[in-house]
Amino acid sequence: MKLAFKIAWRFLSSSKGQTVLIVLGIAIGVSVQVFIGSLISGLQKSLLETTIGSSSQITVKASDRNERLADYQTVIDSVKKNEPLVTFISPAADAPGFIKTGNSTFPILMRGFNFDAADGIYKLKKSLIDGSLPKANEIMLGKDLVEEAGLKTGDSVDIVTPLGKMQKVTISGIYDLKVSSLNKSWTIAELPLVQSIFEYGNEVTSVEIQISDVFAADTAAQNIASVLPANLKTENWKDANASLLSGLNGQSISSLMIQVFVLISVILGIASVLAISVLQKSRQLGILKAMGIKDSTASTIFLFQGFVLGLFGAVLGVSFGLGLAFAFTKFALNPDGTPVINLFIDPKFIIVSSLIAVASATIASFIPARRSSRLDPMEVIKNG
Amino acid sequence: MDSVISLKNVNKIYGTDVKTQVLTDVNLEIEKESFNSIIGASGSGKSTLLNIIGTLDRPTSGEVSINSVRTDSLKKTALASLRNETIGFVFQFHYLLPEFTAFENVLMPSRIKSGKITPEIRERALELMNLMGLTPVKDNIATKMSGGQQQRTAIARALINNPKIILADEPTGNLDSESTEVVYDIMRDINEKFKTTFVIITHDRKIAQKADRIIEIKDGRINLDFSSGEA
Repeated sequence: MKLAFKIAWRFLSSSKGQTVLIVLGIAIGVSVQVFIGSLISGLQKSLLETTIGSSSQITVKASDRNERLADYQTVIDSVKKNEPLVTFISPAADAPGFIKTGNSTFPILMRGFNFDAADGIYKLKKSLIDGSLPKANEIMLGKDLVEEAGLKTGDSVDIVTPLGKMQKVTISGIYDLKVSSLNKSWTIAELPLVQSIFEYGNEVTSVEIQISDVFAADTAAQNIASVLPANLKTENWKDANASLLSGLNGQSISSLMIQVFVLISVILGIASVLAISVLQKSRQLGILKAMGIKDSTASTIFLFQGFVLGLFGAVLGVSFGLGLAFAFTKFALNPDGTPVINLFIDPKFIIVSSLIAVASATIASFIPARRSSRLDPMEVIKNG
Repeated sequence: MDSVISLKNVNKIYGTDVKTQVLTDVNLEIEKESFNSIIGASGSGKSTLLNIIGTLDRPTSGEVSINSVRTDSLKKTALASLRNETIGFVFQFHYLLPEFTAFENVLMPSRIKSGKITPEIRERALELMNLMGLTPVKDNIATKMSGGQQQRTAIARALINNPKIILADEPTGNLDSESTEVVYDIMRDINEKFKTTFVIITHDRKIAQKADRIIEIKDGRINLDFSSGEA
């Protein structure tokens, strides 16, 4: 074993040019794998983050759309108790209405939150670009709506309900949730204000939930539904975003395809170079066999070569890949200086890619190893 | 007579469609500790005979015994061990491993045998190389030596496991007459010192005559066989 390794090492180090070429070949394959993998999973993370990161992933509502939730505190308590994945849970009172300023009216969705709870989901404090969070008789408007209506912090506007009731409120601040449809319509206020304008009493329209594993939203929603009274139902983001999900799946599959084909080309490369190297070293193998080296040891030489090449290729490839990823986040920037895509470096993924590279390099050397085992010393000695 | 190599009715036929009989009914006993030379025209079958003795090739029919062990029926791994421990080869084209130094080449059969190198073996290798006058070049890569040095390294390598038999195929075929002289003198010395049996193929009648016994092969048969004492 030790002898085979020693010979393998010497063979590799005595033809440095060839060795460096194969190691580079493997390294480039591994680095493409690491880079593409990190890029795609980073892309998916940021896509998920922007689409559902700041929204309700599971929503509890009354089954009848005209009904509201009176005893929402019990709902919150029982969800918290029964579903361990829940990270944030917040009641919300929503109502469609209008904003009237001067002679113009704009359709809005009035959203009443308990800010302490809702901030976990919507990151409202972070998305404030002017002013402060609304207090009693105050509202917060989106950036796109204030631009369109020509409003600013401190202005007074009228909220008009579909039934014609009107209430004067003050704009306490302006937010930017990075989604223009929300920025145009959401008018955010404290829960009691919405409840009083729209005469909800003590009721809310929904309880919104975020969970730690977004892809478990459907099963978590089922679990939550099972512990709630029958007049309540749950909705989850997966049902509402089938096209996003299939998009993510498509990305994962194409990323996997790229990685598999890169791997195959790496394996073919190693196998062919090592096959040639058996021919190059057939004279040495013949001598070794004449000296009594066993066929099994002779073939182990090539397995070790494959293993060593794979190991160096993987290490170099991971450093290349990480370097490339680092350069990408450093130089591919948005105008505001943030990276176009935040790569997601998953150590587990990198370790698995490296192990696969080493394993496939070793497997690729099976063919040359078999050839070397079968080589007859007579061929070499006869042919000089 | 105490024989270390014994061939009985050995035939060797090459090819399956066009058959060429290279050896015909060869019977040969090689005495322990003797120094033998095989001569013959090229194509006479002498190299084939040597390769069969050396277990690199198998006879088509007949019996081959090395050290009283039948080799014509042994498995490949058993043959490899037998070659490693009982037989040392010296070929015309030196056949050193070009990736290793002279010293490492000399140690190689011992590594194959036991895996590791003890200080005694290291000592023996240095002693053998000294005997061959190779001490100044012992750390040279095999290709960075003269032909004579390479061939003497090959002889030192053949001797490292203290084999019973050294088989040499035209060991001096590529050397000038001065180196040829040196290499033969060394082989004779070893034969006397370590009691190693030598079977040497040579073209050179002058060299052949220095052997205890000369065997001439012609058309795959033993044509002449005489000991120098008789001549």
